[in-house]
Amino acid sequence: MSDQIKNAIQEYATRLGDDSVVLGHRISEWVSYGPFLEEDIAYGNVSLDYVGRARLFYSYAAELADDGRDEDDFAYMRNDREYRNLLLLEMPKGDFAYSQVRQLFADVYYTLVLPELLQSKDETLAGVAAKAIKETKYHLRRSRDWVLRLGDGTEESHKRTQKAVDQLWGYTHELFDMDETEQLLVNEGIAVDVSKLRDAWLKMVSDILTQATITVPEDSWAVRGGRTGYHTEHLGHMLTEMQIVHRSHPGCKW
Amino acid sequence: MTAPQEENFMRKIQAEEKIEPKDWMPEAYRKNLIRQISQHAHSEVIGMQPEGNWITRAPSLRRKVVLLSKVQDEAGHGLYLYSACETLGISRSEMIEQLQSGVAKYSSIFNYPTLTWADVGAIGWLVDGAAIVNQVSLQRTSYGPYSRGMIRICKEESFHQRQGYEAILELAKGSPGQKEMAQDALNRFYWPALMMFGPHDSESAHSQKSMEWKIKRETNDDLRQKFVDQTVKQIEVLGLEHPDKAIKWNEERGHYDSSDLNWDEFWSVINGNGHCNRQRIEHHVAAHEEGEWVRDAITAYNDKKRAKKAQNAA
Ligand SMILES: [Fe+2]
Ligand SMILES: [Fe+2]
Ligand SMILES: [Fe+2]
Repeated sequence: MSDQIKNAIQEYATRLGDDSVVLGHRISEWVSYGPFLEEDIAYGNVSLDYVGRARLFYSYAAELADDGRDEDDFAYMRNDREYRNLLLLEMPKGDFAYSQVRQLFADVYYTLVLPELLQSKDETLAGVAAKAIKETKYHLRRSRDWVLRLGDGTEESHKRTQKAVDQLWGYTHELFDMDETEQLLVNEGIAVDVSKLRDAWLKMVSDILTQATITVPEDSWAVRGGRTGYHTEHLGHMLTEMQIVHRSHPGCKW
Repeated sequence: MTAPQEENFMRKIQAEEKIEPKDWMPEAYRKNLIRQISQHAHSEVIGMQPEGNWITRAPSLRRKVVLLSKVQDEAGHGLYLYSACETLGISRSEMIEQLQSGVAKYSSIFNYPTLTWADVGAIGWLVDGAAIVNQVSLQRTSYGPYSRGMIRICKEESFHQRQGYEAILELAKGSPGQKEMAQDALNRFYWPALMMFGPHDSESAHSQKSMEWKIKRETNDDLRQKFVDQTVKQIEVLGLEHPDKAIKWNEERGHYDSSDLNWDEFWSVINGNGHCNRQRIEHHVAAHEEGEWVRDAITAYNDKKRAKKAQNAA
């Protein structure tokens, strides 16, 4: 494998790790704040899946980097400007409708991305995908059910759900952006060509939203930047909290 | 004069047969059980808060996963115990209301704040550890659903205890800063953990009757002694200082002698003067109230579906 490809895979694994840890962290913020106990448990499950996924991606990135770093160095020792996660995933948890709508957007995305990643010539990435596909099936069933119930529940739940959709819609466009790194890997049969997935995503999401009596927004605005480290103001606060203990004791084991 | 029902009930208790939900039981037995099981359930649920406080700051991804799973387990214990308690004729929402209004209690240990990462380890090790000592004994409790619940829950609590101890061990072997954190957590949580066993039996309002009915199987002081004994060696292995300067092996008793607890503090925290008494309940109430529109949405959605179904059938 050429160095160029190897570096690109490391970068790609890091991006996927960032996506996973950031969303996993946001979901974990719900534990003990859910509307009832069963939801605390369900949120815990989903969060565990994502943090677990992050560990696999980061470990792989660390293995490729081969410079003595481990998964925690990737998660805890990089600044927000170095993080490469999608903006959608770093948005604060908001109310229950906001979190479930974000989850639906992400779950439909991974429902499309993961089967493609499963075809990757890179066995490690394909292996993570195989495990994640099963998890995502459960995640999507859950977020879909919630959006249906909230959208078509009471006037208040409907209003909150519509608002969440409107507030988050503009962050979904960059889910389907490609750059040179990913294009290089697509050409090698390693990365997923996400630009081809937008139509299918839009169709699935629109069907669910319509069934939930929610209006699918017009594409009036789109914010981008996650993959280049150009984040919202929220990520810095999130990482400050997440990294504080680890960084306060440099070089320590936990 | 004892009714035949009551005689039969006491015969079962004495024969170590379990009392099941459909069996006749004295009203006071039922009440006593509801008090104890719901208090236990509430403790599991409120206990999610002090540890949940560190989920977003866990210092490694592995620890984050372990902590998330633990807190999730505690939620599961809460659910399981609420169900066990419901077999006695009280609903979960009634129990939650009693918790929020202060009628029902939860373990006072959770009114202590978790101030550093080491506190998470200390809670797993000492608080789950003390809970296990109590709950192993409760596996033999006379009420069937509670007994079975304890058997199931104890397995997970043992796992928590080991993971907590392992986390503290890592700190105790670590940098001076980490070791200091571990010692500080031990110093703060050791005494409250001992208090988890409740007051001396002579001062416990419910002890005697509970023993008679075999709801409780061992006295508060006996259980506490077990915990004191098992903890000495664990502290030694960690290389930390024992918080009780008076701890001393008593050959004659076959147990460790230890200082008496600060019972003023015990009663003071129970009576509302802990750091977190208000915070814990307010947190619970806030989450519950914020969740109301969600619960309403489910009801409304299900009603609509049902109406549609009825319409289609007509
Ligand atoms: Fe528990
Ligand atoms: Fe417990
Ligand atoms: Fe536990």
